[in-house]
Amino acid sequence: MTTNNITQAEVEHVASLAKLALTEQEKTIFTNQLDKIFEVVDTLAEVDTEGVEPTYSMTDGENELREDEAVDAKQRAALLQNAPETQETLIKVPAILTAGEDK
Amino acid sequence: MNFLKTTVKDLHQDLIAKELSVSDLTKETFDNIKATDDRYEAFITLMEEQALGQAQNLDENGIEEDQILAGIPFGIKDNMVTKDVQTTAASRILKDFKPVYSAAVLENLEQAGAIGVGKLNLDEFAMGSTTETSYYKQTKNAWDQTKIPGGSSGGSAVAVAAGQVPFALGSDTGGSIRQPAAFNGIVGLKPTYGRVSRWGLIAFASSLDQIGPLTRTVEDNALVLNAIAGYDARDQTSSKKTVPDFTAGLTGDVKGMKIAIPKEYFGKGVDPKVVEVVKAGIAQLEALGAKVEEVSLPHTKYGVAAYYILGSSEASSNLQRFDGIRYGFRAENVKTLEDLYVQTRTQGFGDEVKRRIMLGTYSLSAGSYDAYFKKAAQVRTLIANEFQNVFAQYDLIIAPTTPNIAYGFGENQDDPQVAYMNDALTIPVNLAGLPGISINAGFVDGLPVGMQLIGNRFEEAKIYQAAYAFEQATRLFEKIPGGEN
Repeated sequence: MTTNNITQAEVEHVASLAKLALTEQEKTIFTNQLDKIFEVVDTLAEVDTEGVEPTYSMTDGENELREDEAVDAKQRAALLQNAPETQETLIKVPAILTAGEDK
Repeated sequence: MNFLKTTVKDLHQDLIAKELSVSDLTKETFDNIKATDDRYEAFITLMEEQALGQAQNLDENGIEEDQILAGIPFGIKDNMVTKDVQTTAASRILKDFKPVYSAAVLENLEQAGAIGVGKLNLDEFAMGSTTETSYYKQTKNAWDQTKIPGGSSGGSAVAVAAGQVPFALGSDTGGSIRQPAAFNGIVGLKPTYGRVSRWGLIAFASSLDQIGPLTRTVEDNALVLNAIAGYDARDQTSSKKTVPDFTAGLTGDVKGMKIAIPKEYFGKGVDPKVVEVVKAGIAQLEALGAKVEEVSLPHTKYGVAAYYILGSSEASSNLQRFDGIRYGFRAENVKTLEDLYVQTRTQGFGDEVKRRIMLGTYSLSAGSYDAYFKKAAQVRTLIANEFQNVFAQYDLIIAPTTPNIAYGFGENQDDPQVAYMNDALTIPVNLAGLPGISINAGFVDGLPVGMQLIGNRFEEAKIYQAAYAFEQATRLFEKIPGGEN
């Protein structure tokens, strides 16, 4: 059986995709832990799945379309109360571009 | 007042006979929670103001005989959104988040007159089986406060087992209702996928998550499921199947019922003492007239691997929405938007959540998708088919709920591989979308042992029938936690 042996570089890569910053110590710990998890996960390779359809959901329903009707939920004020920083009816965030990028 | 010796039906009788007002019942419920929760640490947030207001309304309007849940207090796992009440999913990233609506199940229960009294602790985003990954507190087992409560619905199970509430709602993605129910000696049902609306449940793994009741008795469990089951247009995976009266089959009769015992659930890694108790439970059902035969579910051992890929992949996608912009925690002292995302998520999520997000992100990434995500989904098909073959010939499958009884805090924490194997006997049920219950089957070293009854899709009624027959024959629910350990 082949084990995946996830590398620290791969852990750093997925962390950046997931918008997570890891300390040097965390990189080592997570790499070791994920490596152990992959030891379990890699047992899937033993299973013969030739011609087997994948199952992504056990729902008995089918996708359904509803009428496309505009609804005024009148919840803007309530929703804005949850936002960490607001200005009038807007949610405030830091600069999207850093100085020099928007030329 | 505590509910260690009281069922929903008992309370209902007292309420309609006016021996007890809803307001008094509600007040006494809070008095008891406040007096006991230092010991158990089950609750994150109490909903006293809302609950007392609702109670007063019920007292003014009166309760009809057919409103079985009216005035009955209950607890809510804190991953179900509650209008105007802090909803944390036990994560720092949702600190102080107050939703603008309530989950569909809570609308249903409110309509039935039941009174939500508080939000219960869980593993962060329901990821874990010990409730140790909560950002807020460490819930203790109802039977022995030096032991884990199980998880992720640890707060829900302990609140019921310790008599703080007559019932609670939990959610189950890989065993999160059944396993803590087992560890606390109560009844916990994961309904069929699609039976109960997930609208308003903070998503972990959407193809596996399902809300269900935790109660002291089987009948109470069926009564709560009656109230929360049914189609909801807001959850596209909720089923349009007719909802039967789940109490109809509670006769105590199991004559002729065909029960399958999967040998893989009694093998390597399962504590022989747990096996012994569950086998005695099965023998009890046999004595009541059920027919019992051994079967094989050979792909069981791949369930954990498939689950961790599928569950983590869905989680990595679902948890992308937590970014510090619209609600919840936002990191301070950041210069750019990118920085805000990264710092908010890094400071807001705990290690278990980060681990699963990274595992999921990896499984879904180019180059890994076929080997992991698709492969796991194919194995899921094999597991689901294997169950269908058994249900072509049998009414129910019975097995232990967990390989072990509740263990000490901190054990297995550094080795996720060991911790994940603890869910090996509950996970296949979620992969196959089946209903499963855990009921108390007895004790090992003074701690409860859970027996798991698994049914075919939408056959919760058969599960309840057998569970009730066993419960009435053994009356194990009369044994309650002593409290002193």
